[in-house]
Order: sequence, then C-alpha cells, then structure tokens
Amino acid sequence: MACNTATCQSGGCYKDTDAEQQHPINEQNPSTNGVAPSEDNNHHPSNLCLKCKTNKSIAATAAAENGGRFCVDCFRGNLFGKFRFAVTSNALISPSDNVLVAFSGGPASRVALQFVHEIQHKAQKNFDASASRDRSLPVFGVGAAFIDESAICPVSSNEFDEALEDMRLIVTNLAPPRKKFHVVPIESVYSSDCCNGRDRLKELLNAVSDVTGREDLLVHLRMLCLQKIALENGYTKLVIGSCTSRIACHILAATVKEESTGSPLAWFMPNESPALEEGKLAERWDSIAVGGDADLEELEKQMDLKAEASRFFLEGRGYSLAADIQYVDARWEIPVVLPLRDCLMQELNVLCMLDSLKTVEVFNGSRVGINGLVTSFVKLLQEENPSRECTIARTAGKLTPFHFNKIPEADDCNDHLAIQRRQKKFNLKPNESLPPESFCPICSSPLNNSFTSVSGCENGHRSPEDFIATCCTSCQFQILPSEPSALGHFCSILPQQIVDQAKDGSCGNQRWLREQIKDCLLSDSEDGT
Amino acid sequence: MEEAQMVEVVKSKEHGGRIRQCTICNQRRAALKRPKTLEQICRECFYGVFEEEIHRVIVDNQLFKPGERIAIGASDSTVLAYVMSELNRRHNYGLDLFLLSVDEGITGYRDDSLETVKRNEIQYGLPLKVVSYKDLYGWTMDEIVKMIGLKNNCTFCGVFRRQALDRGAALLKVDKLVTGHNADDIAETVLLNILRGDIARLSRCTFITTGEDGPIPRCKPFKYTYEKEIMQNLNQQLRMHTLRGWITSPLNVSIYSPNAYRGFAREFIKDLERIRPRAILDIIKSGEDFRIATSTKMPEQGTCERCGYISSQKWCKACVLLEGLNRGLPKLGIGRSRGVNGERNKDVKQCGKKNIESKQCGTLDF
Repeated sequence: MACNTATCQSGGCYKDTDAEQQHPINEQNPSTNGVAPSEDNNHHPSNLCLKCKTNKSIAATAAAENGGRFCVDCFRGNLFGKFRFAVTSNALISPSDNVLVAFSGGPASRVALQFVHEIQHKAQKNFDASASRDRSLPVFGVGAAFIDESAICPVSSNEFDEALEDMRLIVTNLAPPRKKFHVVPIESVYSSDCCNGRDRLKELLNAVSDVTGREDLLVHLRMLCLQKIALENGYTKLVIGSCTSRIACHILAATVKEESTGSPLAWFMPNESPALEEGKLAERWDSIAVGGDADLEELEKQMDLKAEASRFFLEGRGYSLAADIQYVDARWEIPVVLPLRDCLMQELNVLCMLDSLKTVEVFNGSRVGINGLVTSFVKLLQEENPSRECTIARTAGKLTPFHFNKIPEADDCNDHLAIQRRQKKFNLKPNESLPPESFCPICSSPLNNSFTSVSGCENGHRSPEDFIATCCTSCQFQILPSEPSALGHFCSILPQQIVDQAKDGSCGNQRWLREQIKDCLLSDSEDGT
Repeated sequence: MEEAQMVEVVKSKEHGGRIRQCTICNQRRAALKRPKTLEQICRECFYGVFEEEIHRVIVDNQLFKPGERIAIGASDSTVLAYVMSELNRRHNYGLDLFLLSVDEGITGYRDDSLETVKRNEIQYGLPLKVVSYKDLYGWTMDEIVKMIGLKNNCTFCGVFRRQALDRGAALLKVDKLVTGHNADDIAETVLLNILRGDIARLSRCTFITTGEDGPIPRCKPFKYTYEKEIMQNLNQQLRMHTLRGWITSPLNVSIYSPNAYRGFAREFIKDLERIRPRAILDIIKSGEDFRIATSTKMPEQGTCERCGYISSQKWCKACVLLEGLNRGLPKLGIGRSRGVNGERNKDVKQCGKKNIESKQCGTLDF
C-alpha cells in the first residue's frame, strides 16, 4: 500500500542480507525478482520493463532505483496510478469540491498540481462529451496557492519575480480548465487591518530561541496561511504534496520531539530540582554511613509533590503522530488531503525529469536543527536500503488514526456544510461519549489529556499561563519562551487564529464537562469562580 | 606568598573571575555538567540525583516487592551492582540480590568483564553465577563468528544471551531479573523498531517490566538513565579511588558491534543528544505514547518443541540458530522464512542424530 509492491523489498532488516545475497544470483535466476526471462536475456538481463516487457527500462541512475525497472510509460502510469488510487479509495476529491493545491514550486507539489490537473481535465472532457441531461455531476474546480516567505527569507527581487513568473506560467499552461493562482505573503496570517504584519511576524519568529522550534512554528504558520486562502476564496479541500519520503522524516522527527511532564521525567528539568537547605546535603552524605536518612525523606517529599502536580500536564508527539500522516487530515476548517502519500521523492524527481515538469526553488529549503539531522539520517538509511522510507511510513501507518482522519460526511447541500464546519470547530458531536478532542493551538496536535486547564474563558481575559496550559508540551518546550516576561510578549504577538483556538478549545471542554454533570448541578447560573 | 597570590589570580581569571557553584546545593564547586540536563553540579549532588532518580523510577513503577530474589543480569555493570545494593540497603527494599554473568566467549572482551564481576562479588558480597555459551550451546561467539562471518553476529549473540540469562536465573531460583538497559538503549530500540517495521515489538519495547507472563520477569531500573551519566558515575568513582584497583573497559563494547545495524540508530542518537539532550527521553516517551491497537496481531506464546523454552514458533530462535550452526547453514533463522516452520523441522528431525543439541531444560521448570 505504501510502496510499489513489485519493486519494494521492504520487510525490515531481515531482508537486508537476503537482498545482498540475491543480487549476484539475479543474473542467473531472474524470475526471483520478477524480470521475465526472454531470449535475448543472455545479453541484457535487466533492460526490459518489468511491467510491459516490451519497452526498454529507464537507464538506472544511482538514485532512480525504481525508475530503472520500468519503461517511461509504465513508470508514469505506475506513479499516476498510486495517486489516483489514493484519491478514489479515500474519496479525497469529489465532484462538488473546489480544490486548492499548495504549490511551493518544488517537485512534489509540481507533480501534485500536474496530477490534479490531469484528473480534472479528464473529468472536464467527460462532462463536455456527455449529453446535457446526463450532466448530474459537476467538474471540481482547482486553484493553486504559493506562499511568499520573503519576509523571513529574503531573496533578490529579480530572482523572486522571475520565479513567480515561471510559476504563473506553469499554472496558466495547465488549462483547460483554467486555474486561479494565488500568491499570498506569509505575514497575512495576521489580519489585514494589522499594518505591521511583516514586523510582527519577524518579531514572533525571533522570540523563539530553539532553531527547531522556529522551523516548526513556520510550518504551522504556513498551514494557517493556506487555510486562510482556502477559506477566503471558497475552496473546500486543500491538497499538499507530502510524499512518503517527507512523511518518513516527519515520523522520525516527531518521535524525537516528544516531551511529557506527566511522569517522573518532570523533575529532570534544570532549575527545578528540589532545593535542599544549606548544609543539609553535606550532613546527609555523612549520615548515610550512620543510617540517618531524614533529608532523603525531604527530597522524596518534594519530588512527590512535583510528580503530583505534573500529572495533569499534557502529552505530545508520540500520541499525535498518527494524525499527521494519513491521507486525510480533517482537523482543519478546510480538510487537508495527501494524495502523494505513497510516492517516493525520488520517483517524483524522476517524473519531473522525464516529463520536463518545470520546478522552481524560491526559498532555501534546507532544514536545520533536529529536522535537518533527521533528513540527513533518512537519506543515509535510504542509500543503505532503498525501501527504508517505505518501511518507516508503513510502520507508522499501523498506528491508530484519529476520527478526523477521514473525510467528514457531508451532504452536497451547502446548508449542511456550514453546520458541519461549526460542529467540527467546536468538536461537538451529538453521540460522542468521549470528551471532545482538544488540540494544541500552535501545532494542532491532538492532546492526550482531556482535563486541560479550564480557567475562566467567559470573561475573555487569558493569562499567558492559561495559554501555556492549552499547548502541547512539545510546543511549550521548543516554541514558547521560558522567561515569564518574554512569554507574555510572545502571547501578545501571536496571530489571532492561534489565540482563538486556545480559547475555543478550552471553552469546548468546559462546556462538555458541564454537560456531563449538569444533572448534579444545583443552580442554573454560570459558575463564576 | 606573592607567587601563590599570582596563581590564585590566574585561576580566577580562567574562570572569568567567578567560580561556578553547584546549581543544586549552591555550596560546593561544580565539578561536572550533567548530560541529561546540562546543569553544573558538584560530585556529591551528582551521585545524589543519579541515585534518587533511579529510586523514584523503582518506586513509581513498583518494580520490586520485599523479600524477592533478584538476579542482576548485567553484573559486569559495576554501576548497576552498586546502585542496586546501595538502594536496597538505604531504602530497605528487602531484596535478596544475586549477580548473574554471561560468558559469551569473546576473547579480550569478556576476560576483563569477568574480572570486574568477580570483584563486584567480593565488594558487595553478592553471590555470583556465571553461565557460558559454551556450556549451554556448545559454541562460543568467537567460533560462531568464524563460521558466519561478521554480519548478523548480534542476532546470534542477543538470542543466546537472552536464553542464557533466563536459564541462569532459573538455576538460581530468582523471582526477577534486572538488566542494565539504559535510556540510550531503549531509545535506540524504539528507533530500530520503527525503521524495521516491527510494530509488535514497538509496542512492547518501552515497557519497564517485561515477561511477566513468562519464565522470569525482567525489569530495567536504568530505563530513564543516560548512558553518559552511568559512565560519568563510574568515572567519578574511579577518580575518587572508591573502586581502587579495578579494571574497567572504557565502554563495554563488543568487538563485533561496529557492523551491527543498531549502529545507525546509535550514531543518530549521539548527534541528537548534542543538539537536544532531552531528546533521548522524548523518544522513550513517544514510544510509550504511540497509539498501537491492542488488536494488532501479537505472536501467540507457546513452548519450543526441542528445549521447552518460551517461543511463538514451533522451535525457539536459539534452537533454530543452533540448528543452522550445527548443519553449516549460517543463514538459517536469519531473514524471512521461505516455507512453513514445520517444513524445516521435518528435514531437521531426519538427520538430527549428529547434532549437538542445546541442553534439554528438563530440570528447569519453564
């Protein structure tokens, strides 16, 4: 499912040595790996396409391991097939949709745009060809969006204009049907009445001291920006070009970024070790030989208290990982779909090369900190075993997804769509016996602990401490500043959407709690405390 | 006098005119930086937090009950032996502690360890039992490597070691086995299982106690302890001559380990630790939090037909590997099986007479 079964040798480490053993045998016994023996095999054993067995396979480069087994047509067909299968079997795009494709200019999003165009084009042809009385289903609309990050990552205006022109041309050429191309600066996450969005954004990112945290915050802001574009322009789905390779990196990065304070780990943090009275420590060590352990009791008591207090803290990434890597992510107002989830980056690169799909690199895409380390680690693993990315993605694919990892049921009736949106926003489902999922306002990861801080959201004033309590611990650690004064300032310059999400989330929980216990409440009036 | 003063001035200038204080007691001078938290602390506080954290882990996870017989499986780990006996005494766990050592038969590696183990026995008065691969299986690791080459050694050694510990523990009639797996080990295992696609192991590998339904439960009190801190603890003790005259290999690393796949994960974690020290604990926590369906196909537990050890297949892995060694088929048991397990067994049973069988566990109650 996650990989091309014909060529993928995934199966974990166990296959590694076998694979090595088999390669020398391949020449003599090609049937083990599926290459059909033929008369002229004696001269060129692996030159024919695996699939059609007639055309010559693409010359195998060091990277195009998969491409090397197929001919051009079969390779393209195979890749497009994976895309189309993902779309149809998960109902990613329906006829009434208006689809926005996030287009960065890179190969993955270029292929996403291309493939989405192809199915739209086909749908349009069918529509035109069918008689008017048969035209029950409309053709879905497609647009493309590019996020201009020059506020953060300056590029020379010449380069930028040229790149933009190239992208505009690409989108224009993908017609009919015509597609709109939206170019939106990232500072638009701040509302338009805020005149210094650019400065505020720079200030916000500079307030994050951890490089990894800064990079991750930017990713979240990018998504907010895309959501905004989609909402303001009447789109109903957001397509992003995340491929297997990118997902594999995300899986490992998420695994290493977890942090929880709801366990004995709480008291491992610096500056939070229980402070022992002066002189007692020395005494303690002397008394050990004698057997006096009074200070140890003190130490233990303090640790007990700390562990107790931290039990209500929230947990992060390992729990939420499954949410990010499915075909559908319907946490958002506009559901996000990943039709290229089963395609490898190198396959996408090969396709761009074969079909001369122009790609544009505008901003420097190299990653730093933990993300950069993970990317180079996965690259290393992939070189050592070409099916590694598939295996990683498949392993994480076995984690239990969330209820929002499928397309929400909606009638085609537009009235219901609005109701659906509101329901999703407040996480109210009539027959849910579980507390509604709450999400971190910054990164939107689902939170494991339903008892978030339910301090007064009615009066509208939220202290920075209230805000922190609604965030996942990963964001608390790597994004939010630790100094109280810096934290207060940080909260004040966050985009409004993030602040609102924090408020809505905890209000939603409070409402749910009240709903559960309303029979036991004595008075009808709101609890003022 | 003047000279001494000069030296003083120079010294204080080196420190920027300010002597770093321990961040915990604020009294003594900081002697080292804690790998886990990067705090600057003095030696005494380092021992203090190190031991206290392990005590918390033991208590919070209810690892032991008073009166239990506990085998310390990593007996060449001086630190584990020291911590267990010290905490047992200090907090009155009431445990009956033993040392259990495995001799894999790796020249140069085990010789030093066995020396250390014998000194542990004397230093802490803990009874010692040594089980060797040669006795149990008829093969030393050196002989195995000669036969199979330098790949997949860890598979053999790991499988044999696990059984050896269980058998040794059963001979000693212990209730639980304690191993020295530290935070780095567990983090590596989590990563490895993701990389290899082993969802079943992924769900189990972060458990602090495993095998509760098996022959001998095992626990890992060092689950949240960093390898660097264990090394530092050892280092500090050596410098203080607490362990006068002891031999210690700087890092207890098998000579065959550089070729192992685990090395990839280890390198990555080392790099990660440099960027963000707490990432190691984060990996463990992620592993604990993964949403893995309980209905995920887990292997069914049975017993090995040949030796009676716990096994999900007809033959336990050790028997399969041994069979391969004895028949000159080094790849037997490595990689995915081609046919049904039964098919292989059929062939084996027909020519089983010449084999050096692993000792029957008739006397051991598995």
